[in-house]
Amino acid sequence: MTIFNDIGRYLLMIKGMFTKPENHKMYWKEFIHQCTEIGFGSLGIVAIISVFIGAVSTIQTAYQLVSPLIPPSTIAQIVRDTVILEFAPTLVCIVLAGVAGSRIASELGNMRVSEQIDALEIMGVNTKTYLILPKIVAALLMIPLLVVISMALGIWGGRLAGTAAGILSTSMYDKGLLELFVPYNVIFALIKSYVFSFIISSIPAFYGYYVKGGALEIGRASTKAVVVSCILILFADYILSALLL
Amino acid sequence: MIEVKNIAKSFDGRIVIEDVSAVMQAGQCNLIIGSSGSGKTVLQKCIVGLFEPDAGEVLYSGQSFTTMERDAKTEIRKEIGMLFQGSALFDSLNVEENIMFPLSMFTTDTHKKKLDRVNEVLERVNLKDVNRKFPAELSGGMKKRVALARAIVLNPKYLFCDEPNSGLDPQTSLVIDKLIKEITIEFNMTTVVNTHDMNSVMEIGDYILYMYQGRKEWEGSKKDIIFSKNERLNSFIFASEFLQDAKDMRMLELTGKIPNIRNMDNLTGGNNPAI
Repeated sequence: MTIFNDIGRYLLMIKGMFTKPENHKMYWKEFIHQCTEIGFGSLGIVAIISVFIGAVSTIQTAYQLVSPLIPPSTIAQIVRDTVILEFAPTLVCIVLAGVAGSRIASELGNMRVSEQIDALEIMGVNTKTYLILPKIVAALLMIPLLVVISMALGIWGGRLAGTAAGILSTSMYDKGLLELFVPYNVIFALIKSYVFSFIISSIPAFYGYYVKGGALEIGRASTKAVVVSCILILFADYILSALLL
Repeated sequence: MIEVKNIAKSFDGRIVIEDVSAVMQAGQCNLIIGSSGSGKTVLQKCIVGLFEPDAGEVLYSGQSFTTMERDAKTEIRKEIGMLFQGSALFDSLNVEENIMFPLSMFTTDTHKKKLDRVNEVLERVNLKDVNRKFPAELSGGMKKRVALARAIVLNPKYLFCDEPNSGLDPQTSLVIDKLIKEITIEFNMTTVVNTHDMNSVMEIGDYILYMYQGRKEWEGSKKDIIFSKNERLNSFIFASEFLQDAKDMRMLELTGKIPNIRNMDNLTGGNNPAI
């Protein structure tokens, strides 16, 4: 029954976010702060992961394509589609669930345990609107941007590894990138990243906002938030792929 | 003035407070006392609206806070300041930003005006040169004073303090108590303090409500405590022999006698003024 109770409280939390802000300027300031935390705070790890994902994809694809009948430019096609369709949106979002999600859960959890949320409530601030909504909106704006950056860096990483390992030339790689390109794949990846962004921000916010206890419980809530977010991302990935591809 | 009428609250079927009523006057320090787990924090949270009471109502200056719509509650909350047990300062903001937060959220004042107000309240709580410091860089007493400054920055009509002296040394506790008392009188606030510090009770308590196992056991002034025959209250307040001696000495001073069977000669060292 706990799961239904949690779903009900989660939905009430989402509903509770939509109230008129007490002061637009303060909310804007908080939104920008969250954009910086979620976007720029995760840029480094996203860049590193993306480059290596592209590089490893190139090397492993070349390793598996042993037939002389398949032109080397096919490697670039496979890397491009794999990175755009799966690696950039899904893998990056799973990493972000760990990076940004745990930060959101622990930040809100600490505010709850140290009575900072109560202090805001006493002042007359709607804490759901002030603390959760900017995080979700910032995630919806910044995470798809990170995914687009990840796509570009992943493909670039593949190009770099392809040349460095002597698998295929840069001109061959670039030629392969332009062959049989389906623009819908990018749209599909962006749809996925929007759904994942909502999961990455709202689930940890829920676990952090309703935490009870002390430091130990904050850690537990943070871990649970990451685990649940990852499971939901994979589940949503399957559903979206089945529906939209 | 705050009126509490027959408040009850339970969690998961366990009754935490039951049928508590009280009238807390403006310009007074109203103390809720009781041992740990007696329900004083829950009662205070019901009064400020952090918990929804199961029964009864809370009236702020005659307006029923319990049955109010959210918008009306928000208006009342702008008139409430609260000092939390752990200070509840925002970790990511410095002292100046912490105190300025309510001003930025609820007023349209210029930055200069807000800064002037921040410095004014910091001066009021006897703090200097701490504007740029973060909560982690402050001592416990300083945190409490910053939290008190934040609580009064909007000139609230009602001030709530939850265990204002917890974790503080007796001298700093006295400073905080005196500040609360002075501010209450200066701004004619209705102040409600949760405490189990007996120094606070005797120092600032105008009206005292004693909670025992979720019920109101006793109410009165600090002078009434000296003469109270309520055994639970006496064993709670005058728990140590030292405090019992202090009480008897005070009673001796006021009435010339003590109403128990203790040896007055031992208490006064043979200099009993009543004999």
